[in-house]
Amino acid sequence: MKRYLLHRLLLFLPTLLGSLTLVFFLIHLVPGDPVEVMLGETASSVDKGALRRELGLDLPLWTQYLRFLTALAQGDLGRSLYEQGGVAELILIRFPATLELTLAAMGVALFIAFPLGIMAAVKKNSWMDRSSLIFSLLGLAMPNFWLGPLLMIVFSIGLGWLPVSGRGGLAHFILPSLTLGMTMAAILIRMVRSSLLETIHEDYIQTARAKGLSEWRVWLKHALRNSLLSVITIVGLQFGALLAGSIITETIFAWPGIGRLTIQAIQTRDYPLAQGCVLVISTTYLVVNLLTDMLYRLVDPRIRYGR
Amino acid sequence: MGDKTFLFTGLTILILLSGLALAAPVIAPYSPTQQNLEQDLLTSSKEHPLGTDKLGRDMLSRVLYGARISVWVGISTVSVSLLIGFLIGSLSGYFGGWIDQLLMRLVDVLMAFPGILLAIAFTAVLGPGLNHVILALCLIGWTSYARLVRGEIIAIREREFIHAAQALGGSPTRIVLLHMLPNLFSPLLIQATFGMAAAIIAEGSLSFLGLGVQPPTPSWGSMLNEGRQFLLVAPHLTTFPGLAIMITVLGLNFVGDGLRDKLEKKGK
Repeated sequence: MKRYLLHRLLLFLPTLLGSLTLVFFLIHLVPGDPVEVMLGETASSVDKGALRRELGLDLPLWTQYLRFLTALAQGDLGRSLYEQGGVAELILIRFPATLELTLAAMGVALFIAFPLGIMAAVKKNSWMDRSSLIFSLLGLAMPNFWLGPLLMIVFSIGLGWLPVSGRGGLAHFILPSLTLGMTMAAILIRMVRSSLLETIHEDYIQTARAKGLSEWRVWLKHALRNSLLSVITIVGLQFGALLAGSIITETIFAWPGIGRLTIQAIQTRDYPLAQGCVLVISTTYLVVNLLTDMLYRLVDPRIRYGR
Repeated sequence: MGDKTFLFTGLTILILLSGLALAAPVIAPYSPTQQNLEQDLLTSSKEHPLGTDKLGRDMLSRVLYGARISVWVGISTVSVSLLIGFLIGSLSGYFGGWIDQLLMRLVDVLMAFPGILLAIAFTAVLGPGLNHVILALCLIGWTSYARLVRGEIIAIREREFIHAAQALGGSPTRIVLLHMLPNLFSPLLIQATFGMAAAIIAEGSLSFLGLGVQPPTPSWGSMLNEGRQFLLVAPHLTTFPGLAIMITVLGLNFVGDGLRDKLEKKGK
């Protein structure tokens, strides 16, 4: 196990460095001069030169890259061109809102997926199975940039039950988390169903039945527990997708998280802020994937000792 | 639903959609960019079955022309990504060694980003516009094909018929194209179908965020973005483009699922 963890970590580091490099060069390729963005096109060349020197933009790109990595190692993501304060502080302020939304979306997805997936497996080929399949297919086909406005039209504008946008109490969470969690729910329904149906034919399930356990107990206690493994993997991998999906959901519902901040930074050409946001989202995505992989091996002893 | 039902329903949706996209200049009642400010935000009527938008443009015409954008984005993104992915995956899988290590690390780095985030970053660099969106989607889309091709090639490169072809003096290009490609056809076809659905949603997302297709060109994503400001007074502005995306993606997913079931059964 230790060997595996070390191997996985060793693979993780070059990938992380590669992604940091890509982000750095991408942001430096964005057309437009950040100095001109900050000072305006009419600023004198002396002022522009001074600011360029102050920001280190007069240095060769390679030197700027090394400085960027050094600063990053010290937790310094630079300063926003427009907002007051450093990029790291701005992101730290917004990150909890995104995390809250992502976790709420995951909760919604699990809440929808487990009952529907279990029902579909237990009542295979019944109307319940078919309904959950249709629900899952629709969930996959509905992009969140349409589902969000649609939910708003029905529940906020039409029925007036829920707030249209913003972050606040529990009611503010419902529509954004439903919008963000729907795709994950759709994927999980099929996953729960298929893993349950695979597990239900195992020998130990027949033994449980032979012992006289009730059918529900067999499904929920024995089959479900053992099919959770594949579901954990999907949940972990989808967490990263939720984080990225929050960019659109936060834009729709004016949710003050890092996703919305990313779009605002790109639209206003605030390069350091955009760079910081992309870095934080992609690093979180990488770390969550790494943790999922490790958790997967911790949960299943067959994988742990299998190598 | 069986695989045949899936395939049939999906193919029917896709044929209809492609037909509507191709015939848009003939069947659309108005030009998609023709403004009529006196008739803005109208609901459904005989003259405008899907209503009009904030500039009085006919929504039916815009939705029909929007289909052309989506079909084009889907086909071009998948074709180019498939070509790049096939080339890189073949090189990686056939030759192995340091070429494989180098190319797969590049794939790892690109796959370390959530797709939409990287697409947003690429369009920020390239600037908005249809061709830039397609380019951005290709830059991230090829990686999954490369991994698939590499895996399949590694699985078959030690088979006897490949050794026989090598012994007969076949060049790597000939062996890959003539002997390996037919074995890759089924998984690539399935992947391409789902890839097309993903590309259409990604284009919609970018246009919705204002980074993709720019007005007045009618893309379903940008129409949704424009309609969002009028949710209270004109919900039809978001309903129809959204419905169009959903039906298209549903059709592609049906075909993908149907093909997978059919080809997997055949494989067994």
